[in-house]
Amino acid sequence: MSPVDTQAQSTQPVKLRPGNIQLDPQGKLRHFLAIEGLPKPVLTKILDTAESFTAAHESRDKKIELLKGHTIANLFFEPSTRTRTTFELAAKRLSADVLNINISASSSSKGETLLDMLRNLEAMHVDMFVVRHGSSGAAHFIAKNVPPHVSVLNAGDGSHEHPTQAMLDMFTIRQHKPDFPSLRVAIVGDIMHSRVARSQIHALNTLGVGELRVIAPQTLLPAGIEKMGVQVYQNIDEGIKDVDVIIMLRLQRERMHSAFIPSEHEYFSLYGMTEARLALAKPDAIVMHPGPINRGVEMDSAVADGPHSVILQQVSNGIAVRMAAMALAMRNPDGSSAS
Amino acid sequence: MNKMSRIHIKNGHLIDPANGIDEVTDLWVADGKVQAVGTAPDGFTADQVINADQQIVCPGLIDLSARLREPGHEHKATIASETAAAASAGITGLVCPPDTKPVIDSPAIVELMHHKARQAGQSHLHLLGALTSGLKGELISEMLSLKEVGVVGMSNANQPVQNSQTLRHAFEYAATHDLTVFIRPNDPSLSKGGCVHEGPVSSRLGLPGIPEAAETVAVARELELIAQTGVRAHFSQLSTARAAAMIGRARHDGLKVTADVAVHQLYLSEIDIRDYDSACHLIPPLRSERDRDGLRDALKRGTIDAVCSDHQPHEPDAKQAPFPDTAPGLSGIDTLLPLVKRLADEKLLSLSDVIDRVTATPALILGLEQGQLSVGANADVCIFDPNLSWFVGTDTLNSHGHNTPFMGWEMHGRATSTLVNGQLIFTTIHD
Repeated sequence: MSPVDTQAQSTQPVKLRPGNIQLDPQGKLRHFLAIEGLPKPVLTKILDTAESFTAAHESRDKKIELLKGHTIANLFFEPSTRTRTTFELAAKRLSADVLNINISASSSSKGETLLDMLRNLEAMHVDMFVVRHGSSGAAHFIAKNVPPHVSVLNAGDGSHEHPTQAMLDMFTIRQHKPDFPSLRVAIVGDIMHSRVARSQIHALNTLGVGELRVIAPQTLLPAGIEKMGVQVYQNIDEGIKDVDVIIMLRLQRERMHSAFIPSEHEYFSLYGMTEARLALAKPDAIVMHPGPINRGVEMDSAVADGPHSVILQQVSNGIAVRMAAMALAMRNPDGSSAS
Repeated sequence: MNKMSRIHIKNGHLIDPANGIDEVTDLWVADGKVQAVGTAPDGFTADQVINADQQIVCPGLIDLSARLREPGHEHKATIASETAAAASAGITGLVCPPDTKPVIDSPAIVELMHHKARQAGQSHLHLLGALTSGLKGELISEMLSLKEVGVVGMSNANQPVQNSQTLRHAFEYAATHDLTVFIRPNDPSLSKGGCVHEGPVSSRLGLPGIPEAAETVAVARELELIAQTGVRAHFSQLSTARAAAMIGRARHDGLKVTADVAVHQLYLSEIDIRDYDSACHLIPPLRSERDRDGLRDALKRGTIDAVCSDHQPHEPDAKQAPFPDTAPGLSGIDTLLPLVKRLADEKLLSLSDVIDRVTATPALILGLEQGQLSVGANADVCIFDPNLSWFVGTDTLNSHGHNTPFMGWEMHGRATSTLVNGQLIFTTIHD
């Protein structure tokens, strides 16, 4: 018997495949852990809900009373200013009570397990956890261990996903170029370590973008990336030819001083976004970056501050998108959707 | 515990691969030894008759890698708990890697562990001594002293010796004392920080990967040093098809090396990790489906000689954390027998051959006259019901560790009686 035949038998055993932990039985958003596994209508619903909140931004009283009485805890196991601030603002604009808990490595090494910490917070009747953690899968782990009325939003887990960042990027793209099937999008830089890139790839594919490219040296490309529905380019000049959207990724400092790239200088000369390179893209191309930018490493200031850049719009859109994710995922005490 | 010592096992289907026996016949045991097969010895009066009708009677299983967690991690499991669990699973011999705490690098630790095992009175312990002092990879250990107190081989467990010159000397010194070296091949600079196989699944889940080359690069270096030093070597827990092929080629060229695979690698792959199932956090990691099929093929062809459980019990908390922060390893002794038997059900090998891979062949690798039911041999016997169906669950596992990716699986086959040194130490048969 060939190995292939035995394989068919051996993968048969009774092991129940868990349902999609992110959706409730009605198919509504229950937790927001990853873009992967969410159907297009759910992503579109997040974008539409975010759009409905942007009007409130313009008014003098920016608050709406949607989540009044609900408590949201920001659990940040990794330092963050921008993401945590926009989550906090989003919660406050929805009139929720917010707890900011920054857990440094030292306090989590006191011996309290993550589960113990969660149990304590649950005892304080927290309704939603916004979690950033250095380990991939942390948000999934927490979601599997909370009671039915508590929901979890992933604010970045290891190198896995950062779904609200990807959705605010989708929101920004949609503002400028709403016809996704006609778009050619390029993501440039450290795909390997980027949770933002993974979420963007899933989001762009789910929303049906015409062509998706990733551009990086082989050292910064994860194994089997082509199986995630992308075209791989190692030469940026070929990769950004005629694209509508250019997404530059941040190069983490620790990667600059290890064997992934030889030097910042060489990285910039090979992959940095300059006005000359930008001219290879479509004339009306937009340039995005999840921030914070390393000027002169990922891109020239002339591009970052230039007419094609939508980087600051990404930041302000982050609030509306995070409001949408919170409003949609929030549960009532009986576990039903609060929205 | 029943201490009757003259036992007649009747009507069982006796499978003794070392002696080419595969038929329904009787077995007589007394004074700790096999007294006769097929025909009763003259004047034998049994204290106890075990009716093995519809059962398989075979040598007790020898598991080439099982961590019992004692000394050092008794909150996970103990020598008493795991040797009893092993006996209830038909395993009569357990090979323990030296990464206990303290490390098995002194005769005192060896004697302590043997003493604990004798006190427990269950399955045998076969200890591997540390190849280097403290497993630090710096100084070779006092191998002769360890051999004198009964270690069955040397190993650096999961801590590879990075310095090739040190490794060479360790191999030479082991060869001097006719000791087998057990190697779990791993290049630490390639595997560092990784927790799953590097491939599409690691990329999708954003988990740090361990490339195939972490194993093959180490196998290549070790094969060269084995050839140069002439040491007798055994590769433990291969996880990649390429490494198995490399070992197959080396053997074809005349190098005397052996290899085993952990049984879970023949059933699971990286796909089983799904959404961060920490029960599948294993080192070496679950590899691709191609690797799984390649390892099966290598077992079928004989390139891989033996099958082990790679038993690593944990307390529940060790697996309750985000995937990369959990402790690697699975609890495997309860499922070794039904999973190897399943290889015969799937027609990969005959039942006699799969039993050989967990009895006679491991004994040969260890240089022990066990794993067989020859007249005069130690009466370590496993009797199992091949059709007994059971579900893996916390109530059906006897190990202290319930950390198994096979949780909820239906198994066919379970030990019903186990003899160690001719003593019936476990039985579910009451008549």
